[in-house]
Amino acid sequence: MTVLLEVSSLRTEFATRAGLVRAVDGVSLRVSRGECLGVVGESGSGKSVTFASVMGLVRPPGKVTGGTIFFDGRDLRDIAPEEMRAIRGRDIAMTMQDALTALNPALTVGEQLGEVLVAHDETLPAGRAARRAAIRDKSVEMLGLVGIPAPETRLRQYPHEFSGGMRQRIMIAIALACRPQLLIADEPTTALDVTIQAQVLELITDIRARLGMAVVLITHDLGVVAEHCDRVMVMYAGQVVEEGPTDQVIGAPRHPYTRGLLASIPRPSLRGQPIRPIMGQVPDLVGLPAQCRFHSRCPLALPSCLVEVPMMAAGPGRRARCLRLEEVAA
Amino acid sequence: MSDAALSLPPADSLFRRNLRDFRRNRLAMASLVVVLVFVVMAVAAPLIAPQDPNETDLFRRLQPPGWMAGGDWAFPFGCDALGRDILSRIIYGARISIFIGLAVIVLATGVGIAAGLAAGYFRGWVDVVISRIVDILLGFPYLIFAIGLMAMMGPGLLNIVLALAYKEWVIPCRVVRGETLAVRELEYVEAARALGAGPRHIMGREILPNILSPVIVVSTIRMAHVIILEASLSFLGLGVQPPTASWGSMVSDGRAFILEAWWVSTFPGLAILLLVLAINVASQGLRDAFDPRFSE
Repeated sequence: MTVLLEVSSLRTEFATRAGLVRAVDGVSLRVSRGECLGVVGESGSGKSVTFASVMGLVRPPGKVTGGTIFFDGRDLRDIAPEEMRAIRGRDIAMTMQDALTALNPALTVGEQLGEVLVAHDETLPAGRAARRAAIRDKSVEMLGLVGIPAPETRLRQYPHEFSGGMRQRIMIAIALACRPQLLIADEPTTALDVTIQAQVLELITDIRARLGMAVVLITHDLGVVAEHCDRVMVMYAGQVVEEGPTDQVIGAPRHPYTRGLLASIPRPSLRGQPIRPIMGQVPDLVGLPAQCRFHSRCPLALPSCLVEVPMMAAGPGRRARCLRLEEVAA
Repeated sequence: MSDAALSLPPADSLFRRNLRDFRRNRLAMASLVVVLVFVVMAVAAPLIAPQDPNETDLFRRLQPPGWMAGGDWAFPFGCDALGRDILSRIIYGARISIFIGLAVIVLATGVGIAAGLAAGYFRGWVDVVISRIVDILLGFPYLIFAIGLMAMMGPGLLNIVLALAYKEWVIPCRVVRGETLAVRELEYVEAARALGAGPRHIMGREILPNILSPVIVVSTIRMAHVIILEASLSFLGLGVQPPTASWGSMVSDGRAFILEAWWVSTFPGLAILLLVLAINVASQGLRDAFDPRFSE
């Protein structure tokens, strides 16, 4: 499979009153065409900021200060803002965390869908009437694709007339309207209840297969990743700590943080046993020393761990940021 | 039953729901009717006015209203010092008040929306420049500022509009800027950026429709102020020039005879009161209906 998105040594910093926060510190990742990459980590681990950086959506006081972002052969950090704007929505689309507030309450769903098409779709016919009909047809098709019943009627309705799950679907429909090559789904299910979560994820997986697009699924739910993603990347305190094929990472983690995450998931097979949370707190990202960031919470920590740890190979297609990665699986 | 057959409620925007709330408010609706009566009066003045508003006749000098001794029902509200029919002049005066009120508000709201959106959306130096201009203009007393401008530009309908709009835009501008600052951080604006929307689209389609309600409310309330200001300028002789009828100058004309001929000042004064009051009550109702903080 060819590489679609390749990020290397990405660094995004926020200048805050307390000091410089490295929200993303040397993140490298790769997404192939048609692949689904899961990105896992707790709140504040830098998952969302990493992909906001890819989209060029980091706003002051945040700033991308280092690294390269190659998408489809072009460095997104190097191109003009107008070009970046054209790529957003057409080639890379993103769905927001909170579906309930991510649609404009003042416009009908049809207007919002239509506007993305107007902005990006070059195949629309020239004449005004033909153009409108084409936009309508495509909008109906997209709503149908995400499973909204009676799309013709629904197009004329406003977001408040839809349920949370439907709004999430509509947001996905808008994101997919121009058939992007990459969909970044930022916690697409956090605002939804469990049954709807499953439906929305099924929908994304299904559409991915049909349109052959790549998906980055940002979540803090390892279960979701296990079910839907080919590969997974675990982030902690602004760094990637482990990455590899999903089944291998979940089956035999090579970083104590991943292991801790897996141990803190309730499982029916471990009924009656207490859940083992990861002790301690995420470190303050201001002025972090160059050493293993998980050190203070790590059950395997040694004094020799207080050095800067690089990503190290941990088997075919796998890397982890731990000096004792061989021992983690044991 | 298929999904399509489910009876879906008709497309119902927030705006329409608010409008329905407004219609239920009887006092506000009554006020709106009063305002509309004034508007109709202004538009159809030549058809409605019983007399020519500028026809003088010194035999009718200070003739009392129709129901008083010496009155004539052909001149129901009496005549002024030049024998002109007061009712007809009030009807024609409505044209001036409403035209200036509308023109100033439309101009000021347009400028204010553009400036406020730019300041709130772009932040940075754009915001600094616009906000400082706003602060400086707010520092001037409104009427004195307008008097100064009128003295500089000379009287005339267009000049009154300009003199008042020159400062009036500050008010919608501040409202729009504040609302924009709040709305630009919302998820759907971010979502629009993620879909490749440019600043023009975001300001015009994502932000503006969502902040229009408070702007409409403020603009209608301000229209009442503008009408009073125009009357004040005319009262001071800086407004519309004679013989054109304006309520402010009519009140001013009657000052000298207020004891022996009270009707000359009183009826135009009542007209100002009634129109301003009606606009205020109607806009209050608008605010109650459109401001989410006041809805149930």
